[in-house]
Amino acid sequence: MRILPPLSKVGISGRGLVVTLPYLWLLLFFVVPFVIVLKISFSDVDLAIPPYKPLLEWVGQNSLAIKVNFNNYAFLFTDPLYVHAFLNSVKVAFISTVLCLLIGYPIAYGIARATPTTRNLLLLLVVLPFWTSLLLRVYAWIGLLKANGVINNVLLALGVIHEPLNMLYTPFAMYVGIVYSYLPFLILPLYANLEKMDWQLLEAAEDLGCRPWQAFYKITLPLSRNGILAGSMLVFIPAVGEFVIPALLGGPNALMIGRVLWDEFFSNRAWPVASAVAILLLILLVPFMMWYQSVQARESASAR
Amino acid sequence: MANSGDAAKAVAWRDPNARAYVEIERVTKSFGDFKAVDDVSLKIYKGEIFCLLGASGCGKTTLLRMLGGFETPTSGRILIDGEDMTGVPPYERPVNMMFQSYALFPHMNVEQNVAFGLKQDGVPRAEITERVATMLELVKLGGFAKRKPHQLSGGQRQRVALARSLVKRPKVLLLDEPLGALDKKLREHTQFELIGLQDKLGVTFLVVTHDQEEAMTLATRIGVMDHGEIVQAGTPSEIYEFPSSKFVADFVGSVNIFEGKLLEDEPEHVRIGSEELGATIYVSHGISAAPEAVVWAAIRPEKIFMSTAAPPPCTGAPGDNMVRGAVQDIAYLGDLSIYLVKLPTGKVVRVTQPNTSRHAETITWEQQVYLSWDASSPVVVTR
Repeated sequence: MRILPPLSKVGISGRGLVVTLPYLWLLLFFVVPFVIVLKISFSDVDLAIPPYKPLLEWVGQNSLAIKVNFNNYAFLFTDPLYVHAFLNSVKVAFISTVLCLLIGYPIAYGIARATPTTRNLLLLLVVLPFWTSLLLRVYAWIGLLKANGVINNVLLALGVIHEPLNMLYTPFAMYVGIVYSYLPFLILPLYANLEKMDWQLLEAAEDLGCRPWQAFYKITLPLSRNGILAGSMLVFIPAVGEFVIPALLGGPNALMIGRVLWDEFFSNRAWPVASAVAILLLILLVPFMMWYQSVQARESASAR
Repeated sequence: MANSGDAAKAVAWRDPNARAYVEIERVTKSFGDFKAVDDVSLKIYKGEIFCLLGASGCGKTTLLRMLGGFETPTSGRILIDGEDMTGVPPYERPVNMMFQSYALFPHMNVEQNVAFGLKQDGVPRAEITERVATMLELVKLGGFAKRKPHQLSGGQRQRVALARSLVKRPKVLLLDEPLGALDKKLREHTQFELIGLQDKLGVTFLVVTHDQEEAMTLATRIGVMDHGEIVQAGTPSEIYEFPSSKFVADFVGSVNIFEGKLLEDEPEHVRIGSEELGATIYVSHGISAAPEAVVWAAIRPEKIFMSTAAPPPCTGAPGDNMVRGAVQDIAYLGDLSIYLVKLPTGKVVRVTQPNTSRHAETITWEQQVYLSWDASSPVVVTR
């Protein structure tokens, strides 16, 4: 049935429209901004509004000069601060992913093996934090971790410690924040994968001589590989560029690329350098995103 | 029967001195208030194919899973080859199970699936390769070693599952509806393959099935289960010809059951008056029942003769073992035909007749016929 007969007369079908709209959206709000950022990353700093010089300039009559400036990129590699920040971001994201995996796998496994009623309740608990703003939840951690915060007060009252632990504004607090915030992103895809698992395979493995942990290692783990990869990518990719959590919980020493980007953009007003940082971050993450895509494709193919 | 060749084996359960290979001693399994398996005792002998036959939910799979170690009996114990299996986990039991869903590992190919159990036991690599290859040849999957399970047909998967559970040379192989997922033609063929394989390897089989035909073909003995209990255990012909209760008679094959009262109770014959039948049934063997008791006479459809002329009188009083009726329905199955004959009492009797001749005089709908049977044909049951 044609819902839009007049449009079909000019060669636009309903199906075409449905497909075109998201592409238009992506073009307008993703590709165009990306091109603008790319353009800024190749320009010079200027004390003006906006604070950079245009790429194209009229020089003399009828001649247009294009000035592509690679200095911003060169600068990123000459100043160790940036390389350091990049490496540190990858390190933090990697460790956070591993921690999420260690905590999230048992949770996802537990949910997948629970009875359907319990399962829905547990899934609700996993997504419940999303009902509150991320910022509020991270602030709540400040209240928990600070010198006279909840955790220190409880430990002092119990006599476990005699002076407050210094937790806030340390890497520890930052990892707590990142792992806490990103855990659901690991649990949900992993759960979706484990939920499809045929548990009789574990009985078969035990029947053939496997202890339960061997059956887990030889059967469950390899079969949940795609879920592990998908969940890990969903944590790792955004964690590399994470800004809010390191800024609020990590203290001044938490040098991460998101932080550097913020500083360049807002403190130094060095838009071209900030853009170059953004572009490099993107280039760094593209292989991981492609990997994630291929894992997703494999996962949906196996779910046939 | 398929296994009648080995006489010594075939009579093991009749020999009081024979040592049972699998002993199930008063095993009960409760799930809350529900007794899935209720006080079952059973002895299975070496080299048998024992079939647990019953409708779904009768507890047969639970009993099988207790042998595999996947369920723990609430009370009672299980011995395999004289060893008490209480508290022994599945991975240490000398049994292997073939799962109804086959439970093949999807991330491993056929060879790896079959080798899995041997690797787990630390069998030397060269021996694994050899045993896996031999086993795959035996189940006719020699050319499929490198295939993944999803690249195989249902019948091939079934054989991989069989090979995987047999390659460890278990003392007892537990098979949960082994042919349930196969289509009819393939099932028939596989039944005989399974018997041949069992004969060659000498492994004791314990098969769970809801399909009585499957049980009849495979089994040396059948245990009919109902509501968690084994209601009768015996050879397929014992179960079919001498059912111990209405349930068994009705569950295994089709049967006509007539309720009646004992009129004469002699050591060598009984006479049963049945209102349902509208005639008296003369049975040429004695039974043990209280006088005047309500009993049931079960007569198999193929043991009833149907004729248009009056049959010769049978032993006993004139008119015994004979009724008249009208053909209500006919089902032509090729090798035989099923007739439903309505008696004047309203009872419908099922009769089967082999189609031995291509041009036989046919009995048609609404025709008046005589039904009669031999005095040895009825089985009298008291429950």
